[in-house]
Amino acid sequence: MIAFAALLERLALTPGRLAKIALLRRFFETEPDPDRGIGLAALTGELAFSAAKPGLIRALAESRTDPVLFAWSYDYVGDLAETVALMWPERRVNLPPPLLADVVAALAATPKADLPDLVATWLDASPVPVRLAILKLITGALRVGASVRLAKIALAELSGGSVAADDIEEVWHGLSPPYEALFAWLEGRGPRPDPADAPVFRPPMLAHPLEAADLASLDFGRFVAEWKWDGIRVQLVSTPGGRRLYSRGAEDISAAFPEIVERMSFDAVLDGELLVLRDGVVAPFAELQQRLNRKSPTARMMAEYPVQVRLYDILFERGEDLRVLPFSERRARLERFHDRETPSGLDLSELIDSPDLATLSLLRDGARAASIEGLMLKRRDSPYVPGRPKGLWWKWKRDPLSVDAVLMYAQRGHGRRSSYYSDYTFGLWRETEAGGEELVPVGKAYSGFTDAELVVLDRWIRNHTTKRFGPVREVEHDPQVGIVLEIAFDAAQRSTRHKSGVAMRFPRVGRLRLDKKPQDADRLETLLRGIV
Amino acid sequence: MPHPETWLQVRPEGLWCEPGGFFVDPVEPVQRAVITHAHADHARPGHGAVLASAETLAIMEVRMGEGRAGRARQAPNWGEVLTLGDVKLWLQPAGHVLGSAQVAIEHRGSRVVVSGDYKRVADPTCLPFEPIPCDVFVTEATFGLPVFRHPDPAAEIRTLLDSVALFPTRTHVVGCYALGKCQRLIRLIREAGWDGPLYLHGALLPVCRAYEAMGVPLGDLRPATASAKAELAGAIVLAPPSAIADRWARRLADPVVCLASGWMRVRQRAKAKGIELPLVISDHADWDELCATMTDVDAPEIWVTHGREEALIHAAAAQGRIGRPLRLIGYGDEEEGEGAPLVPEPVTGP
Ligand SMILES: [Zn+2]
Repeated sequence: MIAFAALLERLALTPGRLAKIALLRRFFETEPDPDRGIGLAALTGELAFSAAKPGLIRALAESRTDPVLFAWSYDYVGDLAETVALMWPERRVNLPPPLLADVVAALAATPKADLPDLVATWLDASPVPVRLAILKLITGALRVGASVRLAKIALAELSGGSVAADDIEEVWHGLSPPYEALFAWLEGRGPRPDPADAPVFRPPMLAHPLEAADLASLDFGRFVAEWKWDGIRVQLVSTPGGRRLYSRGAEDISAAFPEIVERMSFDAVLDGELLVLRDGVVAPFAELQQRLNRKSPTARMMAEYPVQVRLYDILFERGEDLRVLPFSERRARLERFHDRETPSGLDLSELIDSPDLATLSLLRDGARAASIEGLMLKRRDSPYVPGRPKGLWWKWKRDPLSVDAVLMYAQRGHGRRSSYYSDYTFGLWRETEAGGEELVPVGKAYSGFTDAELVVLDRWIRNHTTKRFGPVREVEHDPQVGIVLEIAFDAAQRSTRHKSGVAMRFPRVGRLRLDKKPQDADRLETLLRGIV
Repeated sequence: MPHPETWLQVRPEGLWCEPGGFFVDPVEPVQRAVITHAHADHARPGHGAVLASAETLAIMEVRMGEGRAGRARQAPNWGEVLTLGDVKLWLQPAGHVLGSAQVAIEHRGSRVVVSGDYKRVADPTCLPFEPIPCDVFVTEATFGLPVFRHPDPAAEIRTLLDSVALFPTRTHVVGCYALGKCQRLIRLIREAGWDGPLYLHGALLPVCRAYEAMGVPLGDLRPATASAKAELAGAIVLAPPSAIADRWARRLADPVVCLASGWMRVRQRAKAKGIELPLVISDHADWDELCATMTDVDAPEIWVTHGREEALIHAAAAQGRIGRPLRLIGYGDEEEGEGAPLVPEPVTGP
C-alpha cells in the first residue's frame, strides 16, 4: 500500500495534467497484481466503503494518545484522519504495511466489532502516508486528485500505443476489480476483454467550436442544424445486461436520475441532453445543478426539478452498431425508434429548417433563452466518431453576453500560473443606501486573457495592491484608478447565495479595457436587466 | 541557593543574566551578547561584545558584513569553561546548524542550559547535540505538537531524486532557508549519490562558501541565475522559500515546486502554499525529540521560549517536571522563510 499512498499524496498536490498521467502510469507499471487493480478501483471510485465512522477513528486515537494533546493537534490540523495518521504513536512491530488488496479484502470480511483492533494493527505497521490512506479508505473519504479519464489515459500509455483510452472506455463498464484481464490486454498478454451484453459506455462524438474563419468555407448544404441546449450531455445505455445513464465523461449517474433509468425499457444506446423541463420549457442550468449535486434525489427534489432527455442520436439498436451509418440514416432510425417505443420523458431534438447560413445566424441570435447555448451543425453524412473529429460536427455558440467590470481582488493561479496573479474577482457599480456609489463583487474569472494581457495584469496588481488577506490581494478600484475588464459570460441568473444577487455562467475575461476608467464600467442594474 | 528565576530574566532586549552581565540571543543591540547560532532571529547586528562559537561568528560576518558581528568577539572552544562576572559559562553543540551552541550557565550551585534552536537527528553539516544535565532547561518548541514527527531525511531525499527521474525535463526547485537547511540538503543529496551540479539562487551562495571554508564540502555548485533554461531542465535548483513560486522561478523549466520544511508534514499546509512536492526535513527538534531531550537532561524545570509552549508544558507535567512559558518576543521561525532576508540582511544603524 506504500506506492498507492504515495501516489494519492502526490496526485493531491500535483496541478499538471501530464504530470498526473506520468504518476499514474508509473503506478500501474510498477505495482503488481492485484494491488494495482485494487488501486485503480479506488482511484476511479469503484470501491465504496463506509465500514468505519469518524467516531471509530476518534475512539482509536483516544485509546492511544493523550486526550489533551489530541484535542490541540486536531484543532491545529483540522482533519480527523490526518491528525490521527500524524500523531499515531510509533511502535516497533515486525510487520510490513498491509497490501491494499489485503485491506480491501479484510474490510469486506471483518465484523464491525473487530474493526478497531484490525485498524490499529494496520496503523502500527504503517508509515504516515499509508496510515492516512487507510483511514480515508475505511471512512469512504478517499479523495483522488485525478479524474477517471486521466487514469484511463495512463492505462492506455501502458499498452505502448496499441490501445487507446477510448478503446478502454468501450470495455470499462463490463470490467470489475482487480482488472487482471484489462492489464493482461494492455500488456499484450491477453485478448481484449469482451463486455458481451454489459451496458458499457461508448465514447461520445464531440463538436468543434465554429470560428468566423471556418464559416466562410462551410458548405451549408451538407449540414443540418439543431439547438444546442444548456443541460448536460448524457448517454442512455439499455441492454439485456442492464441499464445505465452516463455523463459525457463516462461517469455512471444512474442513481441520481432514477426516473430516467426507469423509463429505459428498450434495447438501445442513445445520445442526448439531460434537462430540467416544465410544460415543455427548459429551465436554466442552475436548476439542473440542484439535481447534479445529489447522489440520489428525494421524492421532493424529483417533483421540484423534473428531468427529461432530449435525444440527439442513436448509437446501437438491439445490439446493432449504428455508429458507422451517416447521420441522416441514424436520425431516421432514431425517429422510427421514437415512434415505435414512444418512451415517456424522452423527446426528439428538433431539426431546424433553414435555407441558408444567414437565416440560421439570425435564428441563432434571436434565441435569447438562457437554456439555449447556440446551434449545432452536423454533416449529414457523418458517422458517429468518438472524440472531436475535425469538420463533421460544429458547435456555433451565440455571441456571449458581456459587461465592463472593475478588477477588485486578485489571487495567484495554480501550476504553471502559480507565479502570476491570474484569478480575478471583478465588480459592478451600484448605489449604496446612503446614496453613494460602491462596487459590489459579482464574479470571478480565471481565463480568456492572452499571455501578454496576463503579464500586464500581473504587474499592475503587484504595483497597486492596497490590502492583503492571506493569498488574496485587494487592488485599487476607485472611480479614477483601476482596471476595467470586459467580462464575457454565457448567462446570468438570480442567486441568493451571492452578495450581488446574481450568478454568472462561465465568466471569462473578454479583453482589457485600458481605455476606460472604473467610473465608465457597467452598473449592477444593467446585468440584472439582462436576466430573463 | 538562589532560584534561577532570580538571576535569569526576560527583558525587552531578550534573556538577561544579571550576575553575568550579558544577554542570550538579544533581539536589540546590547553591550554584551552570548549568541547561540547565526540565524537572523537569534543573531542581530550591532552588539558590543559578542560571545559565540567560532563558526557562528564566521557566519555572522558573512551575513552581516565585516565588523558587524560585534565590536569585540570571543569564541571559546566547545566545553571550555569561562567565568563572566559571578557565573561560569560554556558552549556545547546544539546540532541545529553549523556552529549552533547550547549555553550552559552556572551560578551559586545551580545550572541553567539555554539550548537555542536544536535537533537530535544526525546532520552531516554540524556537530551533534550533547545533553547537559541541569536544573533548568530552556527549550524551543517550534514543533511542539505530537503531529510533528520528522521522517528519515534520507528517505525524503530519495523521494526528491525519484521525482527528478520521473520528470527528467522539469526543474525541481527546492525552497530552503539560506543558513543550515540549504547546506544540509546539499550534503544529503550528495550522500544519496547525486554528484552532478546543483544550482543555487544567488542568496544561498555566500553561506555555502562559508561552510566549505569551514570544512563542509558541498561539491559542484552553480548560480541558477547564470544558467540557461535548457540547462536547468532535469536539474535541481535550491532557492529561498520566498522565491520558489514567485517571479524569480519563471526562469525555470516547468518547475516542480518543492519545499524542505518540518511544516510540510501537514498536507493542508503544503497545498495552501502551492507546493507540489513537500520534503519533511527540519533543523528543529520534532515532538519526540523535544520530549526525549527533557528526559535526557533530566531538569526539574523546563522553560519554553518559542513555538507551541502549551503542549510541551503539558508533556513536561506528564514527566513530573514543572514547565513554564518564557515570553521572549522576536524569535521567528526560519523554517517558513517568511520575511527571511534573501541577501545578507540590511544593516541597521547601531
Ligand atoms: Zn535557528
